[in-house]
Order: sequence, then structure tokens, then C-alpha cells
Amino acid sequence: MATTAGEVPRVYGGAAGWISVLIPAAIFAWLTQFLAPVAAGETVLIGVDWVPSMEVRLSFLIDGLSLTFALLISGIGALVTLYSTQYLGRHPEYPRFVLFLLLFMAGMLGLVLADNLIALFVFWEITTISSYLLIGFDSDSAKSRRSALQALLLTATGGLALLAGMILLGTVAGSFELSVILGMGDEIRADPLYLPILILFLAGAFTKSAQFPFHFWLPNAMAAPTPVSAYLHSATMVKAGVFLLARMNPALGGTEPWFWALVIAGGFTTVFASLLAVRQTDIKQVLAYTTLMALGALTLFIGAGTSDAIKAAMIFLVVHSLYKAALFLMIGLVDHETGTREVEELRGLARKMPVTFLAGALAAISMAGIPPLIGFIGKEFLYKAGLALDTGQLWVTGTIFAASVLMFVAAGISVARPFLGRLPDRLSATHEGPAAMWIGPLTLGALGLLFGLSSGLAETWLVAPATWAVYGAETKVDLYLFREVNAAFLLSLATFAAGLVLYLAHRRLRAVMARAIEISPIRFDPAWDRVLDGLKALAAWQTGILQSGVLQRYMVTILGTLAVGLLATFWAKDVLSPIDLDLAGELDTLQFTQFAIVGFICAGALLAACTSSRMTAVAALGVVGVGVALIFIMFSAPDVAITQLLVETLTIVLVAVAMLKLPTLGLRTEARRPWHAALAVAVGGLVTLVLIAVLQGDIDRRLTDYFEAASWPEAYGRNIVNVILVDFRALDTFGEIAVVVIAALAAFALLRGTRGRRAAEGEGE
Amino acid sequence: MMNSVILNAATRLLVSLLILFSVYMLLRGHNLPGGGFIGGLTGATGFVLYAIAHGTEATRAALRAEPQSIAMVGLGIALAAGVSAAIFGDAFFTGQWLFLGATEDDKGLPISSVLVFDIGVYLVVFGSILTLVLALEEEV
Repeated sequence: MATTAGEVPRVYGGAAGWISVLIPAAIFAWLTQFLAPVAAGETVLIGVDWVPSMEVRLSFLIDGLSLTFALLISGIGALVTLYSTQYLGRHPEYPRFVLFLLLFMAGMLGLVLADNLIALFVFWEITTISSYLLIGFDSDSAKSRRSALQALLLTATGGLALLAGMILLGTVAGSFELSVILGMGDEIRADPLYLPILILFLAGAFTKSAQFPFHFWLPNAMAAPTPVSAYLHSATMVKAGVFLLARMNPALGGTEPWFWALVIAGGFTTVFASLLAVRQTDIKQVLAYTTLMALGALTLFIGAGTSDAIKAAMIFLVVHSLYKAALFLMIGLVDHETGTREVEELRGLARKMPVTFLAGALAAISMAGIPPLIGFIGKEFLYKAGLALDTGQLWVTGTIFAASVLMFVAAGISVARPFLGRLPDRLSATHEGPAAMWIGPLTLGALGLLFGLSSGLAETWLVAPATWAVYGAETKVDLYLFREVNAAFLLSLATFAAGLVLYLAHRRLRAVMARAIEISPIRFDPAWDRVLDGLKALAAWQTGILQSGVLQRYMVTILGTLAVGLLATFWAKDVLSPIDLDLAGELDTLQFTQFAIVGFICAGALLAACTSSRMTAVAALGVVGVGVALIFIMFSAPDVAITQLLVETLTIVLVAVAMLKLPTLGLRTEARRPWHAALAVAVGGLVTLVLIAVLQGDIDRRLTDYFEAASWPEAYGRNIVNVILVDFRALDTFGEIAVVVIAALAAFALLRGTRGRRAAEGEGE
Repeated sequence: MMNSVILNAATRLLVSLLILFSVYMLLRGHNLPGGGFIGGLTGATGFVLYAIAHGTEATRAALRAEPQSIAMVGLGIALAAGVSAAIFGDAFFTGQWLFLGATEDDKGLPISSVLVFDIGVYLVVFGSILTLVLALEEEV
């Protein structure tokens, strides 16, 4: 397995492996064509109408922000999938992994490029679901199943809040197109619904980007395979919340509640997470917490909202995606070769894994913010933006200083510790990993160096257009490595000094932190479990009350509720008094056949109420059904009549089959029968009253007229019922047949389930 | 399963007639009473009759495919018919029409995504009902 540098990387996993690498690479290549127009300040709109009557469009908006994100997603995606061909290529479920990862990638690309809020939401949920599947990829482990469910529940709850917020925002703005909404910032901020919209959007963004107090799912999500952690939980998905904040900044940003919510939550997450990062001994966990820190810093600076702060956030976004993905891939490679990620067990790997060390070192230097890598520029601009703030200057600069110092320490823990020093004997057989696995981290690390040395590249193509998109106006973006000794530069020097001191004492620091966590009374994970247990208990309690499992009780409950509801409506709306019914006149117009059918139906109903044989009761109900079908025929609704007849036939067959197993009607049931009959008569009478009341008014024939007129010229059909079903209202029909399939499958599973149980019981006996 | 000679003999004839009739109902549905729902119900009735006369095992063999797969395929066909509109640049679920051999006076043979959608509905109803009936007959 020893692979030397220079050998062409072999792609494992057969077709799945090739597909998984080529698709993101092709998307990346396709996206590069937009770099030039976007850098010139243009925005590109592409779209098709999807459900125009509901204003749902599949439309895409390519501006600086979405293009930067899309390039990171597809570029890092290609490197991560290449890495996975080796990391998981021999896993029996590898094709499934590729499917999930590509599904996620599609969702994430759609999310950042979407121009329609509803489309954005759909893509948002796709990333939530595929993240769930990827975290739980190792589905045999209870821990990863729990982590996956936790991530799903938290982010999906946030997603629901977001949907509500989006609908409110769409109503306020009068459009669901982002390109329209982003230009209406002033009207939206002045609307009384602004605050609810803001809260709902923040709930979505904070859960997705793991801001305090929803932070705890992210470190748990590290149960996923390392390529997933590198891709979803550092470079892309968790940034979706940050993306949303950045995207909505022109529409929702710039107010006091926005400023304080983001600055406080972001700042607190930043410090809290970087303290927890140095507490960890598993390097992957260290990286997980520094990711939280980065998300906090991004939130903090988007909240601060000055053009300097937005600029700093956008640089830091690019910087962080590059180095963090590289570091995750690096630690995965170390784990792959040595079998451990524990910081105390890894020493002196530099000589055995020189390429990995080089990749990791480049990324770590960027993370520590040391020149000439782009991480230095990122940190410098964060300081500069923090110092230039009018409000919250001390809080923002202070948190970012503390975080930078701790990042320096974390960078040391994750790369200097495992790679430098004396190699322990246990690791002496370690060798360099396969090329497919180090190409990714090395490329990302090298990009950090390239962007640092020629900062104009990142500035022109990525950071400047992204800043304009978020800030909502063109502003000067000028990145540089070093120009003069100023306050930010002095803060950087102080960061290095403090970081170095703390790194040398990091073991003691870890012990202090461990002690602090031990004595702190707040426990997020156990609290989460208690919330879930409470929910389950609530569900069990209400199911016990509502779901008796006895069909008769369900029917009584449903019909009783209907009767009470109708009575209440009659009373409240005073429906009955305006009814003017000429009973004798009505009866005169009836023909003999109509009387006969009514008699037929009544006889069937009476028989069903009186018989003591189930079979007779079913047949009697069949008589009622056929009678109703005859009425449909009489009033020229042949489609409905045919359907009614067929359904009656099938119902009788189904009930007759089930009947073989049912006990005969007992006396106990007989005693209840009069009550049931009375309820049936009451409900029937009330529904009749409703129908009479409806007929009193003028029936709005606009829809009927429209369909009658449009059916032939527009849909080439003369049967209006069918044309409505398959053409005018095809979406509704599609929903209905989906329900039919789901119901059939559910019933099938239930029936099969009882057989399995019976078989198991039979074996036990 | 009933052991009745009359039922068995009549079923052979009736089932084929019912299925033929169900397809007829499906195809005429756009202009005259009928359509996917009614056609699917009629076709399912044919196989339900077959199941009563010959038992569920013979019915499954006669169907060749699992009824739940038929329903799922139907749902897929209906969705594909709806999505196809997007390929032609129209909104989701807009009917797409093709008139084969159309002349000035005669509109020719109409082929449409709407018909494909109705075929999907037919298969869903047909498959779902048989899923239920066969499972019930086997399990109860």
C-alpha cells in the first residue's frame, strides 16, 4: 500500500468513485465561467417557472456571495470525494455513501444559488436530511444514530421556524424572489412583522450553524466518517446558517435587534467554543470546536454589519473553509495510517508522513494566523474591523482576540504536537498515506499560501464580489499582507506571544478547562435527552387518550365532533332562521323514481341498524351506496356514480374478507346500537340542514363556468371531471395518488407485521 | 378461495373482459365518463374476482409484478408526466400535446402527457387496491 509521491492516485470504488469525483469537478469548472461577470459586479439570474400559481420558481441567483460558496462547495467537494475513494472505497456501503454525499452536494449548491425562498427552503431541508444520513452512516453504532437524530431534530426544527419566517417575509415583501426582497430592505425593516420574521430566521440560522445554545449537536456530529466532517461540518453545511444571515443582511440587517442578537450569540459562541477546543484530546474534536468558534466569529462580524466587518467575515469565510477542510482531511489521514486521533499518542510523524505534514502545516499556519498565509490577512482584517466599530468595539475585539489566541493553541495541538518531536516506537511502522488522500489537504493548504502571497487573487475573484453582495452596495475591498505597523498588527503580535505561552502550557490549560467543565452546572447533552424523554412521555400520554384502537369509538368521536361543530356553527352564525323552505312545493317536483331511490336508501339504512348479522349489515350498507350512486346518475354525474359503484363493490369484498375473522355481534354491542343509530340520524340531519342552507344562497358558478368553457379549447377534453383531475388540478391529483400509495404501503406493512409477530409467537409456543 | 366450478369458469371470461374494459375506460376518460381512477378500480375488481376464485397465490402469479411495485411505478410515471412539462419550458404539470397526423379538418391522434399522467393514476389505484386486498386475504 505504500504510495510514493509522484505516483498517479488510484481511484477506488469503481464507477461510484469516478462519478463522485467527476461531478463536483465538472460543476466547479462550469461555475468558473461566472467569475469574470460577477467580479465585474454583475449578478446572473437563471430560472424556470415551477408552480407559477403559487409563485414557486426554480430560479438561481449567481452573485459574489453565492458564487464564492458554490465554488467552495464544488471545489472542496471534488477533493473530499477523491479522498473518500481511498478512505471509504473498500467499505461495502461505499456507493450508498457516494449517493448521500452527492445528494448533499446538490442540496447545498441549490441552497446557495437559489433565488426563490421556497426553493431555498427545499434545498435547506435536503442538506438537513442528507446530513442526517451521513452522520448516521455507521448505522450499527448507537452513538452515531443518536448524533444523527440529534442533528436532524435540531436543524429540522430550526428549518420549520425558517419556513414560517420565509412565508411571513414573502407576504410582507409581496414576492418570494430573493432578487426582489433584497432590494426592499427599508420597507421590510419598517414592517410590524419585522421582529417575528427576524426571530424565525435567526432560529433557522442559529440551529443550522450551531450557535450557542444550539451548539452541542456539532461536536456530536463528528461521529460521521472524517470526509463528511471535513465537508459538511466544517466547510459547507454548517456555514448554511451563516450564508443565510449573509444573504438576508441587505433585507433584515442593520437594526438594533439584528446587531445585538448576532453580536452576542456569535461572540459568546466564539469564546465558549475556543475554550472547549483546547479541552479536547481527540484532535478531530479539537477541530470540531474550532469550527464552532469560526461560525461564531462569522455570525459576530455579519451582525456588526459595517463594510469593514462584512469584508472581514467574507475573507475569514474563505480562509476558514480552506484550512479547516485541509486539517480535517489531514487528521483523517493520520487516523487512517496510525489508527488513533488522540493527541497524547501521536508524536514525531513528520519524518514518516512528510507530505501530510506539509499539508497540515500549511493549514495550521493559516489557522494560527501567521504570515504569509491568508489566515494572517483574515485575522488582521477581523481585528481592523473590530477596532473600527462604534458600538460593541471592546466586546467584538476582545472576543476575537481571545479566540485567535486559542486558535493558535489549537493549531499547535492539531499539527505541531502529532508531527514534531521524537517518534514513539509504536508508530515506527507508519508510512505516508496514498496520494488520493493527501492531494486534497495539500491543494487546500497550498491555496492558503497562494492567496496569502498574492492577495489580489482572492480579493478580485472572491472576497470583493461577496462583500458587495452581502453589504448590498459596492465598497472598496483591498486585501494586503502587510502595509504598516498599526493597532491590528500590534494585536497580531500580542496574539502570537500569548498563543505561544498558552501552547507551551496547553496540558495545564486542558486540565483547568476540564475542571471548569466538571464544576459547571450546565449540561447540554443530558438536558437534550431529558427534553426528548419528556416529548416521548407526552406523546405516549396523548396517544393513550386519543388512540383507543376500537373502531367504533373512533367513529363515535369523529361523528360526535362533527355534530357538535355543526351545531355550534348553526348557533353562532344563525344559519337556520333565513331558511325559507317550501316543503310541499319541493315534494311536488319529485318524480316517482326519485321517491323509490330514497325509499331504497332508507330501507338499507334501517336494515343495517337492525340486523344482527354482520354480513347482512354490510350488504345493507351496499344497498345504501348503490342508491347514492343512482342519485348521482340521475343528476348527470356519471363519473362519480361509476366510482361510487366500484368503491362499494370493493368495500364489500374487503369487509367480507375481514369478516371471516370477526366475532359475531354480541349482546353488548346490541345495547349500544340505539345510541349509534341516534348519532347517525343526528349527523345525517345536520348535514341535510347544511345542504338546505347552502342551496338557499346563490351558488357561485364562476369555477364551473370556467371549466366548462376552458376544458375543450385549453385541455382538449370534453369530460370536465377528468380534465380537472388530470390537467387543471393535476398537482392535487398527484398529491392524492401519493397518499393512496402511502396508505396502501402502510396497511400492507401493518398486515405483514402482524404475520411476522404471529409467526414469532408460534415459534415461541 | 372458493371451490365453485361456476365461479371458476365465469372468472376466466370475466377477468379478461374487466381488464379490457378498464383499459377502455382509461383511454376514453378524457372525453367521456371514465379515466384513470375508474379504470384502475375496474381493473382491480377483475383481479379481486380472480383472487376469490383461484386464491391469492395464483393471482400474484398472474400479475407477474408485486402490486405495491405497480403502484410505485404508477406514481413515478405520473410524476414524470408532470415534470416533463419543465423540459418543454412550461410550468410543472402543464399538459403537453402532440397530434399525430393532424390535418386542417382532423386533429389526428392526440398523444399527451395528460394521458401518461392518467396511466400513472390507473396504475396507482390498481396497484394500491390489489396490495390491500391480497394482503388482507393472505393475512386474515
